[in-house]
Amino acid sequence: MAKVIATGEGSGSGWDRRSAAVGAMLILSFVVLTNVPAIPQPATSTPPSTLQETGLYADFAALQVDPAHLAFAPQYPLWSDGATKRRWVSLPPGTAIDGSDPEAWIFPLGTRFWKEFSFNGEKVETRYLERRADGQWLYAAYAWSSDGRDAQLVPAQGKRGAYKLAGGRSHTIPGVADCKACHQGAPSEVLGFGTLQLSPERDAGAPHAEVRPEPHVDLSYLVDKGLLVGLPKDLLDAPPRIVAATATERAALGYMHANCGHCHNERGSLQNIGLFLRHSVSTAGEPAIATTVGQPVKKPAPGQSPDAVLRVAPGHPERSGLMQRVSSRYSALQMPPLGTELIDDEAVRLLYRWIAEKGASSQQAHVNEEGE
Amino acid sequence: MRRDLPLMSMIALLVPGAMLAQDAGTGAPVKRGEYLVSIAGCHDCHTPWIIGSGGPEPDMKRALSGHPQDLAITAPASVSPPWSGAMNPTSTGWSGPWGVSFSANLTPDPETGVLRDFTEQQFIQTMRTGRHQGQGRQILPPMPWPAYGKMTDDDLKAVFAYLRQVPPVKNKVPDPLPPKP
Repeated sequence: MAKVIATGEGSGSGWDRRSAAVGAMLILSFVVLTNVPAIPQPATSTPPSTLQETGLYADFAALQVDPAHLAFAPQYPLWSDGATKRRWVSLPPGTAIDGSDPEAWIFPLGTRFWKEFSFNGEKVETRYLERRADGQWLYAAYAWSSDGRDAQLVPAQGKRGAYKLAGGRSHTIPGVADCKACHQGAPSEVLGFGTLQLSPERDAGAPHAEVRPEPHVDLSYLVDKGLLVGLPKDLLDAPPRIVAATATERAALGYMHANCGHCHNERGSLQNIGLFLRHSVSTAGEPAIATTVGQPVKKPAPGQSPDAVLRVAPGHPERSGLMQRVSSRYSALQMPPLGTELIDDEAVRLLYRWIAEKGASSQQAHVNEEGE
Repeated sequence: MRRDLPLMSMIALLVPGAMLAQDAGTGAPVKRGEYLVSIAGCHDCHTPWIIGSGGPEPDMKRALSGHPQDLAITAPASVSPPWSGAMNPTSTGWSGPWGVSFSANLTPDPETGVLRDFTEQQFIQTMRTGRHQGQGRQILPPMPWPAYGKMTDDDLKAVFAYLRQVPPVKNKVPDPLPPKP
């Protein structure tokens, strides 16, 4: 527990009383901060106490995943400090996902998702989502033992120091509140398993692109197997892909869709910021360009340089607010603000290149206009 | 002086109980919010303290306006074990393992009020998650959001309604300082 002392000039017993009172409150604050989990909404149910009980494995001793579960990989993965991930989905027999709103699929009750995080071949955590009978999603995370033979439920406030990373940092297994901060900010609470992410038109330039595991789950697979119904036919006839001026831009927009768009989108609670980085498969245009390129920073974050007045300054990545935030891991400045301790160098290089190229394309457009 | 510490500690511990004892359904939201702000200790950090005729007291002319912009603090406090933190005389600057935090301007000033871009939903989520606008950067200690996050939605809405109509004070609170390397 932390304690405090008062600094500055005292002036008799009044200040002493003031210091004691505020000191007591700070101590109380620390007790609260360190001991009480933050839960945004009442939990609908208690998660199983072990990963084994969630039903991921057919044979837990052999760590054999139930073959009935579908392994999948989104085309634009979320950066998690370089963790290697494996993902599975399970739908109750005879049920299907309702894809009639391609921006927000509706999953049947009983749907389960798992995502396993490993660093350097060592399993560290497996996250779990389950749609309960009341329609609410249950959030849980399981921390693996050091021998990789057991995974126990992590307390609701999460677990710091789960794995040592570079630079004295360590991987944090997020608490339930942080899970919901991202998952409840988008049209669907399920991220990474949707129309764009499972398009057969995969982006080979996506940062940290993964090979699709067997059985190569994509939109066509799900529809053919009767696991996805209602998806507008045009999205099957012409699989969705981000339409961009260059391959670099396509990859940059895809990266932002997966790593930023779950909070920064037109439907979530941060819509009043007017920063929309989520790609829509239903509407034309690219909100991530319209709301960043040449657009002013509304409120500079602590640590942001004064010359970064634009979110994206074409041709000037170093003066772009977006660039400064994804390139930082100072907690008040960094983006994303949670779920990552290390800068995603590959993404930084991609976004830098994109913004630099935007300057060249803007200049060329200007020349063309003058020449007409 | 020393005998006051247990008393004040007890008051701090009893605050949540006092809040629960109130009927959340009485009075208009703004009056309810004023009441909650007055008993939940918001003025203890978000209103600069001065020496009044009876000793230290919050300067209500600057109520809820946060750390004064002209009061420069440039580095974390240097303290030795067993201490790990410090506060400044206005009770608006706090130093600890997290660096230095400055209490926010909660008034509805359109240029400097921290809540100027907050929706009611974001304010509630901020108290629930301890993150700026509910999803952003972490709110630094000593803000006791885990306690306030246990308020009902109606109580948090009342607090927000009250804060939206207090007199605006133009005061640009400095950015937090990172901890010493």
